[in-house]
Amino acid sequence: MSLKTPLYNLHISLGGRMVDFAGWQMPVQYKSIVEEHNFVRQSVGAFDISHMGRFRLYGPGSQALLMQSVTCPVDSIQPGQVKYGLVLNALGGTSDDVLVYRLNDPDDLPSKDQWALVVNASNREKIWTVLLAAIEGPETRIIDETLDTTMVAIQGPKAMEICGRIAGVDFSGLGNYHSRSIQWKDHEILVSRTGYTGEDGMEWSIPSYLSDSLVSALAFEGVPWCGLGCRDTLRLEAAMPLYGHELEENIDPLQSGLSFAVRKPIAGFVGAECLAKLEGDTSRPIRKGLRLSGKRIARQGDKVYQDGKEIGVVTSGTFGPTVGASIAMALVDPAAAQSPLAVEVDVRGKREEANWTPLPFYKRVKS
Amino acid sequence: MSEKRYAPTHEWVEIKDGFAVVGLTRFAVEQLTDVIYIDLPKVGASVSAGQPIAEIESVKAVSDIYAPVDGEITEVNTALSSDASIVSRDPFGEGWLFKIKTANANPTSHLLDNAGYEAQIAGQAH
Repeated sequence: MSLKTPLYNLHISLGGRMVDFAGWQMPVQYKSIVEEHNFVRQSVGAFDISHMGRFRLYGPGSQALLMQSVTCPVDSIQPGQVKYGLVLNALGGTSDDVLVYRLNDPDDLPSKDQWALVVNASNREKIWTVLLAAIEGPETRIIDETLDTTMVAIQGPKAMEICGRIAGVDFSGLGNYHSRSIQWKDHEILVSRTGYTGEDGMEWSIPSYLSDSLVSALAFEGVPWCGLGCRDTLRLEAAMPLYGHELEENIDPLQSGLSFAVRKPIAGFVGAECLAKLEGDTSRPIRKGLRLSGKRIARQGDKVYQDGKEIGVVTSGTFGPTVGASIAMALVDPAAAQSPLAVEVDVRGKREEANWTPLPFYKRVKS
Repeated sequence: MSEKRYAPTHEWVEIKDGFAVVGLTRFAVEQLTDVIYIDLPKVGASVSAGQPIAEIESVKAVSDIYAPVDGEITEVNTALSSDASIVSRDPFGEGWLFKIKTANANPTSHLLDNAGYEAQIAGQAH
């Protein structure tokens, strides 16, 4: 029995093609994945991301709990700042990739510390269990508010301006990867300048009963709804990792090119000891970008060859509507990635020529 | 020209000048959306009904295309190699896929008629 987000009826009324995604009924697309992709790159689009797990942490032990559980420099996150980090297993493999929000006011005492954590839908229960097991002291609390809230991403070059109008707030001072609590419809809601598309934009978390208000406001602004299909093509062009593809329990963040999200020295969090040892290990596969010469699409699990030798495996692939080519990310032998020799991907039994290409495939020009 | 007949796997067939012209139904291309590439069979290939002989790739997924009748591929729609989206725009016309020369006197008798196909796809949309 899969879960439905508060926007389920909206998706049905818009003709969304619903699929089960991590235990949730989610729209892959309403009409065309490519059209929805282009809305976001060129103008704006809205995504229902209510399936993402949303936790709140309160109390004096919450920073220590996050320091122990997440790889990013939690102790240097300023109030109002958001950081990307990883939750690792004891072996240094990845249990999840998450966003950590520090919510308290700058002058609050540490005892008033407040944090939010956004985790992948597929890992919500796993991460909840990890945090519950590590929590210390009666004053530190953790709440899962996923099922009581709606989360919507508004993404694209016009997103900030539109969000500002909807909120009645000037967001021009809100930095990238920063959050703010605002009063909206007589309620305090959490908004942040974050996203998963490679475009500028925001993510809003609101109480579920305000869903209709947000849907109407977005409709008034002419913002089209976009499905998970284009969320995938957008994040892939921007080379953002997707859990279950570029990240897994047996893939560590360093090999996936995410050392920026791991604090130095590598210590003080679950999995740090093993990860520190892996740091010097140059034998394990690393994440690289490939551009295929033809139009056929390499999919997860397709093998990569060089000079007749298997050198790795595709983790994600698609046709990138903005880059106009078949693109893929793969975990490959680091020596092969340095070699100028041609690469081939076995796409359902037929070898397709491919070339190494720097990540990301697409980078927006900042205005 | 005969009336179109349909395979349960969403190919249509029309007998024209003794050849079976094959394409994909509108229902099929609407389900696929965002068609990127079509891999067509080789001219001269012998095919039998129900055999996967081509593939159509959309952003979302890749799907097999099956030969709806027995015979030999005599022609493929080469326009599709430069612009696969023709299939989405005009699946029953310009977007035809290939032609099969068939030895059978009544090659489409095992296929569905329009009403039969409509009945099959009712409720299949997702």
